[in-house]
Amino acid sequence: MAREHSPRRKALLTVAAWTAGLLIFFPILWTILTSFKTEAQAIADPPLFLNFDWTLENYAAVQERSDYMRFLWNSIVISGASTLLGVLIAVPAAWSMAFVPSKRTKDILLWMLSTKMLPAVGVLYPIYLIFIELGLLDTRAGLTVVIMLINLPIIVWMLYTYFREIPVDILEAARMDGADLRAEILYVLAPMALPGIASTVLLNVILAWNEAFWTLNLTAANAAPLTAFIASYSSPEGLFYAKLSAASTMAIAPILILGWFSQKQLVRGLTFGAVK
Amino acid sequence: MGRIVLEQVAKRFGDAEVIPALDLEIEDGEFAVFVGPSGCGKSTLLRLIAGLEDVSGGRILIDGADATQMAPARRGLAMVFQSYALYPHMTVRKNIAFPLRMAGLDKAEIERRVQSAAAALNLTDYLDRRPGQLSGGQRQRVAIGRAIVREPAAFLFDEPLSNLDAALRVGMRLEISELHKRLRTTMIYVTHDQVEAMTMADKIVVLQAGRIEQAGSPLELYRAPRNRFVAGFIGSPRMNFIEGEEAGRRGAFAIGVRPEDIALSREPAPGAWEGVVGVAEHLGSDTFVHVHETGLAETITVRVSGETPCAHGDRVWLTPREDAIHRFDAQGLRIA
Repeated sequence: MAREHSPRRKALLTVAAWTAGLLIFFPILWTILTSFKTEAQAIADPPLFLNFDWTLENYAAVQERSDYMRFLWNSIVISGASTLLGVLIAVPAAWSMAFVPSKRTKDILLWMLSTKMLPAVGVLYPIYLIFIELGLLDTRAGLTVVIMLINLPIIVWMLYTYFREIPVDILEAARMDGADLRAEILYVLAPMALPGIASTVLLNVILAWNEAFWTLNLTAANAAPLTAFIASYSSPEGLFYAKLSAASTMAIAPILILGWFSQKQLVRGLTFGAVK
Repeated sequence: MGRIVLEQVAKRFGDAEVIPALDLEIEDGEFAVFVGPSGCGKSTLLRLIAGLEDVSGGRILIDGADATQMAPARRGLAMVFQSYALYPHMTVRKNIAFPLRMAGLDKAEIERRVQSAAAALNLTDYLDRRPGQLSGGQRQRVAIGRAIVREPAAFLFDEPLSNLDAALRVGMRLEISELHKRLRTTMIYVTHDQVEAMTMADKIVVLQAGRIEQAGSPLELYRAPRNRFVAGFIGSPRMNFIEGEEAGRRGAFAIGVRPEDIALSREPAPGAWEGVVGVAEHLGSDTFVHVHETGLAETITVRVSGETPCAHGDRVWLTPREDAIHRFDAQGLRIA
């Protein structure tokens, strides 16, 4: 039975949805607005909404004080490389779990997920020591590996869910048609799972981009990504709200834009399998 | 060439024995049909031959070479799946070309073979469409096209017609039979439909619980079923089975009479079985009369050629053709 909404109900729902949406977006909007204020206006009481002197001086100051491009580049490299590496490892893993499951497959999947329940700080010390030993501290390579490992369970889970939707007959047909494992994954499985793989990649780029615990603890100057860039502005020597806001805006802008353009893909990917 | 020999081939899933060790020979160019009720292991047997499942014991020989451990792709067999299993992201052309691409043929040769397969299967106009834009029958043709371009040693069909509607099914059945006559390539065809088995096969292999109950030509199985299971499975409507005195009189535990081997009369006849008509199905060409209250079996079905006036509640007398009666012992085996 199709649900019919009266125009009044529809209007109410629209208002409610916009209210909720704006409420959630407000902190980000406020940050962006604050980044265009002077430091004095940023802490003005009562707060100024739009009637202030719009200025770009915070951005100039931030750019002058720290090299934004270097942090941006680190963020791009670390999130991109960790996602790529993760997908390369997760595709064969998810393939085997989805198409040749064993008695232990469910247990392995749950165990992988359970690693996400461990507080990260619990393994900080051993990983820190390993990083010192291997000379990986403050390197992009080290951070790429750690972030890849942290997100790997999610990548495997997501791909596993997508692969499960693919009829095994089609893969068997490929085998009968002479495809070896590589050809089967490359020409048949991957193209069919492409929407799923794309949303997995997107989500993981975002997760890796936003990852703050490991990036802050394992980097100093060389490999520090944008999360470290923001953190460097919450200094103890006084509050520079406007500059901090400018830095935050610069840090979140790339991922916000990426998310905006891929929202359709993301929503489809995240709700995939939920409704059938 | 496509002679397939199974030697003591067995399959277990964990502790469950799906196929106890069995032997089977399929000659080059033969059309073999595996038939049986669902869960009888016919599809599993086909998948063992294809290499999609590993055997738990025994050997599979294809043209004399031991293929038991070979990957599916190396066995030189082509398979048509019940679900068609087309590649949804590829056009018809690419679907048909896929096995040739995997075999590393050059582009011109691939195109030539795709065109000739498409022409043979009336698919030329659809080459640039995707499977999603085709009807069930067209999809099935694409699946067959993908199988024939490879010029395989044998074709394996896994219930290929069960997703089609009745009219289309008859048409495709004929197409596959003609294809076999034309190519003379070994075909192994799995179905649960005994009509498909009877009409298409050179050799029918009747399976039950993973065992081969009988293997032979359709008419051999029809005329001399080895046991009650085969006798009941082959032939439509089913053979009538009668136990007790009537069987004992003929030196058997049970006797079987096919519906077409019973004469029906409206008047009493000497030695005839008396009964009351439950349902009469008038097909025009034949009349199937289901008779109750004979005291022999719950229902006895009679097939009368042409139309015969007969309705529910009519009293009728049935006379079996004595030379067409099949006799079975207490174990269900045929008494010669």
